[in-house]
Formats: sequence, structure tokens, C-alpha cells
Amino acid sequence: MNILYSLLLFISFLFTNSTTYQGYDIGDLATDFKLENIDGKFVSLSDFKDAKGFIVVFTCNTCPYAVLYEDRIEALNKKYAIQGYPVIAIMPNNVETKPGDSMESMRKRALSKGFTFPYLMDVGQKIYPLYGATKTPHVYVLESTSSGPIVRYIGGIDDNYKDASLVKTNYVEEAIESLKNGVAIKQTKTKAIGCSIKL
Amino acid sequence: MKYVLMFLVFLSFSCKSEVKTKVKDLTLLPPLEIYDFSGIEPYLNLEGSKTYIINFWATWCAPCVKELPHFESIQQAYKKDVEVILVSLDFPAQYETKLKPFIETHQLKTKVIVLDDPDMNSWIPKVDLNWSGAIPVTLIYNSSKRSFYNRTFTYNELDSELKNFLTTN
Repeated sequence: MNILYSLLLFISFLFTNSTTYQGYDIGDLATDFKLENIDGKFVSLSDFKDAKGFIVVFTCNTCPYAVLYEDRIEALNKKYAIQGYPVIAIMPNNVETKPGDSMESMRKRALSKGFTFPYLMDVGQKIYPLYGATKTPHVYVLESTSSGPIVRYIGGIDDNYKDASLVKTNYVEEAIESLKNGVAIKQTKTKAIGCSIKL
Repeated sequence: MKYVLMFLVFLSFSCKSEVKTKVKDLTLLPPLEIYDFSGIEPYLNLEGSKTYIINFWATWCAPCVKELPHFESIQQAYKKDVEVILVSLDFPAQYETKLKPFIETHQLKTKVIVLDDPDMNSWIPKVDLNWSGAIPVTLIYNSSKRSFYNRTFTYNELDSELKNFLTTN
């Protein structure tokens, strides 16, 4: 019975893995995009000629987890944009489902929080499925290479959503520090709770 | 039939007014069962004869709140064979202001337990390897079958999914 059970588990594992796999894995080439920013201008990764990499964050106004991380996302940009790793925030929700994530609301939120990073809207929801983002916030750390931006880290921002002062591991910071130092990233994928992206 | 309907409408109205008066005094509600993941894990591996439905939700999660009545109805419809457990991921600061009033105003009869464990990367994969962390998600299992659902349910969808388990158990 035990063997049968583990065999079943194994088969279901194979099955679910092959059917639910979508989006990028570590080492994949990430697509560029041209998305509208809150200032009306369009932003692409290729605009950042000198970027060594990117912190692409799928986030929004309306998810409590995303809100809890707003200041930390801003802090990441303050720290790493000047080092060549800017934050690019993308709002992936359908605004008809979540009116609180409209361009106007994004603009207001960015102004009141003093965001210094681009806050783009994934109009038509074309980009987040390519990345495989499922929730907000959902982070992709990319490294610029001669062949394009390569995915180096996928997951959460750190290991304590409740309290930034109690964080033991800053996953994103560790990933970037490793890239800077040319060493392997210890944790290339982490899991974090978030709000499902609204269709 | 008309009279039954009228009676039901009357009942729901009378319930509502009752709810309003009750909500005023939340201190009378039973305390929430709050656990870190080690306290939640046993509920994911219960060994009784029932089929267990574990739904991860939060009051701030719109799609979760939308499907919650179906879990409540399923629990009522299959009292003997099914145990539904609602695992709330509400934030501690909102236990008293949001979660308890929600349980009270919706008159939830289904068991609610609260997961408070900020080290999410340590426990999300233990619920299911394919869970990225978006909610709602649902786990249905019994002694012979176990499935994880990264999706929302209508009542009929949940009912037909559940039937697969009840026939195998």
C-alpha cells in the first residue's frame, strides 16, 4: 500500500509539474516590455543602458501584502538603483476588477509614498503571464548579459512580511549582493504569500 | 412555496438584526485559535475517516471572501463525511477589527483557525510544492486521496470535486 501510495504521489507530482509549469525559471531569458509609467511615458528595460540588472516587482495598491512591502521596495530602489540594479514595478491587475489599481490610483499612491522607481501598468495583462507571476508582490531579479536579461531570482522580498526590523534574510538583497560579487545565489527561489493577480 | 420564501426572508432579516446587536460586543466571542505553522500542520494531515477540506483565506482577499459561503454550505451539506477548516491568513492587527467581526456577521459555523507565521518560505512548500503563495488555495484530502487547488470554486465545482473524494473513501 505504501509503495502504491508513493507511486501515486510520484505520478501526480510529475503530472502537476508538467501541467502547471509556466513562466520563467532560473536562467531563462526575460522578455523586455514597453509599458506605461505613472508619468505617461513608456518604460522598457532597454532604456536602462548601464543597468547591470533589474529588480522587477509585480505589485499593486490594493493588496495588503504589497502595501506592507511598499517602503521596503522603495528602500531597495534607493540602495540598488545607483549600484546599477533599479527597481521596475509593474501593476498586473485588471483595473476593471480592481479599480483601486487604476493608473490614477497608482499615480496618487506613488506620489504619497514618494516612489522613486517606475510604476508601470501591465495594460492588457500581457507581461505578467510571460514572467509567470501569480501574485503581488512577486519579485524577479534579472542580470543584464550580452544576450539579454537573465532571471536569477524569483520569489519574495524577505522572510518577515510583518516587521522589516525582524527580517533575518533579505532574499532580494542577498541575490543582488551575490550577483555583484560574482558568486552563486544561495536561495534562487522563495515562496511568499500574496494576493492572486486579478483577471 | 411563497409562504416558505416569505418566512425565509423574514428569518434572514431577523438574523441580521440579531447580528448587529451581537457584533457590538466582540469580547463575548470565543477567542481565535492562532498558531504558527507547526500548529497548523497537523490539520493538513488528519487521519480520521472524513474527507478534509482546508481553505487558506483572509478577510482582505476578495476572491476568498466570494467563495467562502460555498465552503460553509458544503460543510453544512456533508456534516457527517466532511470537515471543512478555514485557515485565515489575516494580519494580527486585524484579528479583532476585521476577522472576528467577519466570523460573527457571516455567522460562520465552519471551524476557523488562524495562521500567524511570518517566515512564509519555510512553510508554503510544506502545504504544497506547487503553491506560489497566492490565495485563495484549497487542499482536499482523505485517507486515500489528496489534491491541492490553486483556484477558486463555485458551489457546484466544489461539490463535484468533493464527490471524487467521497467515492474513493
